[in-house]
Amino acid sequence: MKLYCLSHAARHPCFILKFKTVTLMLDCGLDYSSLLHFLPLSLVQSSRWSDLPKWKPKEYKGPYKLEGELRECAGRVFVDSVPEFNVPKITLVDLSEVDVILVSNSHAMLALPYVTEYSGFKGVVYATEPTLQAGRQFMEELVQYIDRCPKVNHASVWKQPEVIKCLPPPLKDAIQPLSWKQCYSLHDVNASLSKVHMVNFNEKLDILGALCVTPLSSGWCIGGCNWLIQSAHEKICYVAGSSTLTTFSKPVDHTALKNADLIILSQLTQTPHVNPDSMIGEFCLNAALTVKKGGNVLVPVYPAGVTYDLFECLSVHMESCGLAGVPMYFISPVADSSLAYSNIFAEWLSDSKQSKVYLPEPPFPHAELISAGRLRHYPSIHGDFSKDFKTPCVVFTGHPSLRFGDVVHFIEMWGKTSANAIIFTEPDFYYLDALAPYQPLAMKVLCCPIDTSLNFSQTNKLIKDLKPQHFVISETYTRPPPLYPHRTDLVVDPDLQVMTYKPGEVLTLPIRRKFEQINIDPELAGSLMPIEVRPGVSVAMVTGSLVTRDNQHTLKPLQTSGLKRKLETSSDRKRRSYFWGALDVQEFVDKLNKEGLTDVKVEDSAEGHIVHLPNEDTLIQLEEGSTHIICEGNEGLRVKLKDILLQCLNRL
Amino acid sequence: MAEIKVVPLGAGQDVGRSCIIVSLGGKNVMLDCGMHMGYNDDRRFPDFTYINRSGTLTEYLDCVIISHFHLDHCGALPYMSEMVGFDGPIYMTQPTKAICPILLEDYRKITVDRKGEQNFFTSEMIKNCMKKVVPVNLHQTVQVDDELEIKAYYAGHVLGAAMFRITVGSQSVVYTGDYNMTPDRHLGAAWIDKCRPDLLITESTYATTIRDSKRCRERDFLKKVHDCVDKGGKVLIPVFALGRAQELCILLETYWDRMNLKVPIYFSLGLTEKANHYYKLFITWTNQKIRKTFVQRNMFEFKHIKAFDRSYIDNPGAMVVFATPGMLHAGLSLQIFKKWCTSENNMVIMPGYCVAGTVGHKILNGVRRLELENRQTVDVKLSVQYMSFSAHADAKGIMQLIQQCEPKNVMLVHGEAGKMEFLKKKIFQEFGTECTMPANGETVTIATSADIPVEASVNLLKREMSSGAGEGRSPDPKKPKLMHAALVMQGAEMQLLDADQAMNELGLEEHQLRFTSTVVIEYPGEVEQTVDRIYQYVKGKLKDFPVQMSADQSITVADSVLIKVSGDDDEAEKGVLVSWSYQDEDIGSYLLKLLKMGIPST
Repeated sequence: MKLYCLSHAARHPCFILKFKTVTLMLDCGLDYSSLLHFLPLSLVQSSRWSDLPKWKPKEYKGPYKLEGELRECAGRVFVDSVPEFNVPKITLVDLSEVDVILVSNSHAMLALPYVTEYSGFKGVVYATEPTLQAGRQFMEELVQYIDRCPKVNHASVWKQPEVIKCLPPPLKDAIQPLSWKQCYSLHDVNASLSKVHMVNFNEKLDILGALCVTPLSSGWCIGGCNWLIQSAHEKICYVAGSSTLTTFSKPVDHTALKNADLIILSQLTQTPHVNPDSMIGEFCLNAALTVKKGGNVLVPVYPAGVTYDLFECLSVHMESCGLAGVPMYFISPVADSSLAYSNIFAEWLSDSKQSKVYLPEPPFPHAELISAGRLRHYPSIHGDFSKDFKTPCVVFTGHPSLRFGDVVHFIEMWGKTSANAIIFTEPDFYYLDALAPYQPLAMKVLCCPIDTSLNFSQTNKLIKDLKPQHFVISETYTRPPPLYPHRTDLVVDPDLQVMTYKPGEVLTLPIRRKFEQINIDPELAGSLMPIEVRPGVSVAMVTGSLVTRDNQHTLKPLQTSGLKRKLETSSDRKRRSYFWGALDVQEFVDKLNKEGLTDVKVEDSAEGHIVHLPNEDTLIQLEEGSTHIICEGNEGLRVKLKDILLQCLNRL
Repeated sequence: MAEIKVVPLGAGQDVGRSCIIVSLGGKNVMLDCGMHMGYNDDRRFPDFTYINRSGTLTEYLDCVIISHFHLDHCGALPYMSEMVGFDGPIYMTQPTKAICPILLEDYRKITVDRKGEQNFFTSEMIKNCMKKVVPVNLHQTVQVDDELEIKAYYAGHVLGAAMFRITVGSQSVVYTGDYNMTPDRHLGAAWIDKCRPDLLITESTYATTIRDSKRCRERDFLKKVHDCVDKGGKVLIPVFALGRAQELCILLETYWDRMNLKVPIYFSLGLTEKANHYYKLFITWTNQKIRKTFVQRNMFEFKHIKAFDRSYIDNPGAMVVFATPGMLHAGLSLQIFKKWCTSENNMVIMPGYCVAGTVGHKILNGVRRLELENRQTVDVKLSVQYMSFSAHADAKGIMQLIQQCEPKNVMLVHGEAGKMEFLKKKIFQEFGTECTMPANGETVTIATSADIPVEASVNLLKREMSSGAGEGRSPDPKKPKLMHAALVMQGAEMQLLDADQAMNELGLEEHQLRFTSTVVIEYPGEVEQTVDRIYQYVKGKLKDFPVQMSADQSITVADSVLIKVSGDDDEAEKGVLVSWSYQDEDIGSYLLKLLKMGIPST
C-alpha cells in the first residue's frame, strides 16, 4: 500500500492512495499562493500598475530578455502577466490509472479540471451535491474573474532557473514556477464536473468490488466530508477539513473513524493562534465601528462557506447597533446561485437550521435579509449595482487574493480614504502579501482570519480518541507555524508514532494484508464435512472452483467438465485427503485379523513397529507420522491393507 | 435455510391503508402505516392487534418506515405510535417529514371537526408522533441497530417519495412504496441499483395498464380544460394539496402563458402557498430541469394561479379550480362538486386514482345519481373526465424496476387482485421469478440462501489466482481457478487457509502413507536398457505428468512415484520396484498394473 503526496501545501491536499488493486486520488486541491507573485488584474482601465517601473535583475547578463515581465511596486517585484496556479504534482502518476477521485469539500477540488481533462483520466469523481455546487461556483467565479480582464502578456522568461535565482525574495523562492498553469476554461470546468457522481453522507460506495468507501460529515462546510476507505479487513480514514465547532453544517461524524488501521489527516487550521469565534466577533465590531463613522467596509471573500456566517452575524450585530439600515452588498458572478443553493441544502445542515424547513422557512437568514433589502447581491459592479449603490456600506466580494475580481476596484476606489476599512477573514492569503501591490494604502487594514477547521489541540485530542494504528500528516504540522516559530504548542503531537510526508514524497504504508473476504457458495458449503480436530475447532477440506467477478471471489462447486478434468490431472488432485493422528498398532492388527489376515507378526523397531505378514511376503513399517507398505505384486492385498490402514487414521 | 416472512396488514390485494410487516434475520419492520379512504369504521386503519393483541408494539417492531406522505401510506401513524403505542424509530425522508404532519392534521380536522368523530388522534399526538421520526437521506445507509440497515432510493411518485431497502446480514428486501418510472413535469424517475434483493415488494396500482405518451395525455387535458372554459363552463379538478397539483399547476400556468388566457385559475387551499414553498426548499428532490433552472426562475412561483375563496363557488362565468381532497370524499372539492354537478356546461377532471366507496370512484364508474347525507340525492349532469396523471409505475415501469434490481422473488401489493394475477404471470414469463400476492393477514414465507463469507488467506488467494500463469502469460482473470484449501472454523470465525498451513497451525501432523511393490518382468538385455525402455514407455502413457530419469537409473513420476529396476544384465528376468505415496495412489496403482502386463519391445 502506497501513498503519493502530490500537493504543495497541506491546505490544498492531493494524494494518490494505492490500495489492493485500486488507485484512488484523495482530493484535488489547487494551491493559489502563486497568485501573490502577480500584479492584480484591474476591472476598469487603470494606470496604477501599467505605470509601475519595469524591473530588471542587475546580476543577470544571460541571453533571455525579460521585456517588462517584472515590475516593482513599493519595494517588491511582481510578475506582470496572466496569473498562474501551482497545480498538484500530477506528473508523478499516470492519471489514466486513477480509478476514483474522492473529493472532501469544495476547497479541495479546484484543480480537478487539470486532472480530469486532457490527461487520459477515465475514472469517476465522487463528491456530495453541496460540494459539487460550491466547487462549481468557486471555479466559475475564478474563470470569470480572469476572463473579464484579458491580458496579453504571458510572462515565462522570469521562471528560467538562471533568471529566477537573480530575483529578490519572495519571487526568488517561488515553488517550481515552470510547472505553473494558467486558469482552465469554462468548457474544461463543465467537462470536468460532468464526471462527478453525487453522493450522500453515509452512502456506501463500491469501488470496483475491491473496496467500499463512505463519505462522513466533516462538519466543516456544507456537504464537507471525511472518507472511510475499507476492505473487509482494513480500514483507512481520510480526514480533511474537519471541524468540531457547530456552525451551519451537519456536525462532524467521528464515531465511524475509530480504530482505523490508518488515518491520513489534512487541511488543519491555518490560524492556530486565534479562536474563530472571537475573530468573527471582532469582525462584526470593527465593521460596525467603521460604518458608524461613515466609512465603508470591504470584505474579500469566497462566494460560499464562511461568508454565510458573516452575513448572519454581521446583520444581527448591525441591528443591535441600530445600523440595520446600512446595506450589505454581495458581489460575485455566482452570488445568485450561491445564495439560492445554500437554502435548498437543508439535509446537509445542522439540526437547528434543518428544522426551519419544516415550518417551512429558508434555513439561512440571508434569504430573509434579501427579501428585506438589507443584503443585495449583484454579478458585478457594472449594471444595477452602480445605480443602487449607497454609502456607507459593507461590500463582500472576491477574490481574497486581491489579484482579480471586483475587490480590485473597491480597493482602488476606497484605498485612499482612512475612514474606510478592509477586513480580511479568509485565511488562505497572508494579508500583507495580498496588499503588497496596493501600497501605499490609506484605508484601515484589519485582519480577523476565520478558520473553523481543526486546530492542533483538537487534532491531538481527536487522534487520542480515534486510536488509529498508524497516522499520516504533513511534516509542516509537526513543527510550529512559520510565523510563530516560538509557539511549540502549535504542533500535532499525539501519543502515537506519526508518519510525515513532504510534497512529492511517496510513503509505503505499514499495512500488511493477511486476509481477504471470499464467499462460499451455499451448495458447496452444504457439502462440506467438518471434522472437529480440537474442542471448538473444526476443519473441512474444500475443493471448489474460484470465480472472480468484479474483484469479488466466490468459491463454487466444481461443475464445468473442464475443471474436473483438470482436477484429475493436475497436482492438486492428490491433495484431496489428509490423514493425521497416531496409529494404534493393536487396533491395526485387530482389524487385519478381522479381515482374515491372521498370520501377523509385530516387531518393535527403532522408529516404531514392523508388522510382518510372512504368508504374503509383506512388510508394513509403522513409524510416527508415516507408514510404508512393502509387498509383492499382489494388488488386491495391497488395496485391502491400504483400506484397513486408513480406517485407523483420522481423515480430513 | 434462512427465510423471510411477510404479512400485509393493509394493501394486500387492495389499495389503501398500506402496512406490511416484514421479518428477516430476527428483525421486524413495519413498512408504511396508512389509512383506507374507502372506510369510516375500524377498517380504515390496519389491524395492529395482529402484531400484539393488547399493549404496545415497541417490543415487537424494530422500526417503522414510511415511504411517502400520502395518507394511505402514513394516515394511521399517529394512531399506531400514540394510541396503540410505539416508541421505536420511525424513518422517512426529509420532505415526507415536513409535509406528512400537515396532511395528518388536515385529515384529523376533516374527521373530528367536520364529521364529529370521537376517539381519534389529536394534534398533540401528531406532534409527539413526529418527534419519533428520524429523517433519512437518499442512498444513505442508516444503521438502525448493529444488524439492521436501511437505505432509501428515489421513487419519483411525490416530493420526497422513496423506496427502501432493508438488509439484515445477507438477507434483503426492497419495498417500493408508490413509484413512477417516467419523469414528469416536476419529479424525476424512480431509480434503484442492481442490489439483487431476496424479495421485492412492489406496488401494482397500474398492473395491467400501459400508458400512452405523457405528451398526448397533457395535450388532451389542456384541450378539455380550454374547450370547457371557452364555453363559459367551470372546471373542477380535485387534487391532493401536494403532488399532482403542482404538476398540473405548472402545466396550466405555461399553457395560460402561451395562449394568453384570462380565465381565472384558483387553488383552493391556504396550504397552496405553503405547499409551493416546500417545493422551493426541496428543489433537490425535483427533476433535473427544475433543479437546473431554479436559480433563474423558480417553477413553483405561479403568476396565473390565485387563492380560492369559498364565496367564489357561486361566481358566474368560467373558471378553473383545483380543490382538495382528490377523491371527492369530503371537504371543499366535494362541496364545489355538489354545486356544479348539476350543469352540463361544467366539467370535473379526476386526475388520479379513486378508492372504492368515494364519490370520485362512483362518478368514474358512471353513477349519475348520487346519494348524499340526509338521504338527499343529486343528479350528476356535468361532464366527468378521467385523466390518468397519477404518478404510479405502469406495467412496463414495474417490469423495468424488476430488471433494475434483479430480485430473487417478487411480491405484489397495493393493487387489485385480478390485475395482480395478470402481472404475476407476466413477471414469471419474462424473468422466471416467483411472484406472490398475499391478501391482508396472509403470511408469505420466502426461503433465502446466500453465500457464506469466509476469510481467505491473502497468500493462498494470490497463489491460486496466479495459477494458470505460464511462461510470460498472465492468468486469465475470467477463468475459474481450481482451489483447494482447508476451512478452519472456530466459533463464528471461518478462515480459509492453505491445507499445509492449516495442519501446521492446528498442530496436526500429517500421516504419510507409502507403498512399495515389486513386479518381475521379462526383458532381456542390460539393466540400463530396461530402465530406458520403461522410461520411454511410461512417458508415452502418462503425458500429463512429469516423468524423469535421474543419474542413479531411477525413474520418478509426478511428485512421489519412484521406479527402480534390479537384476543382472545377463538375465532376462528383471525386478521392477514401484514405490509411491498415497497422494499418487492412482498413478502408482496404474503403473503397477501397466508394468505387470509386461513391456512391449520396440
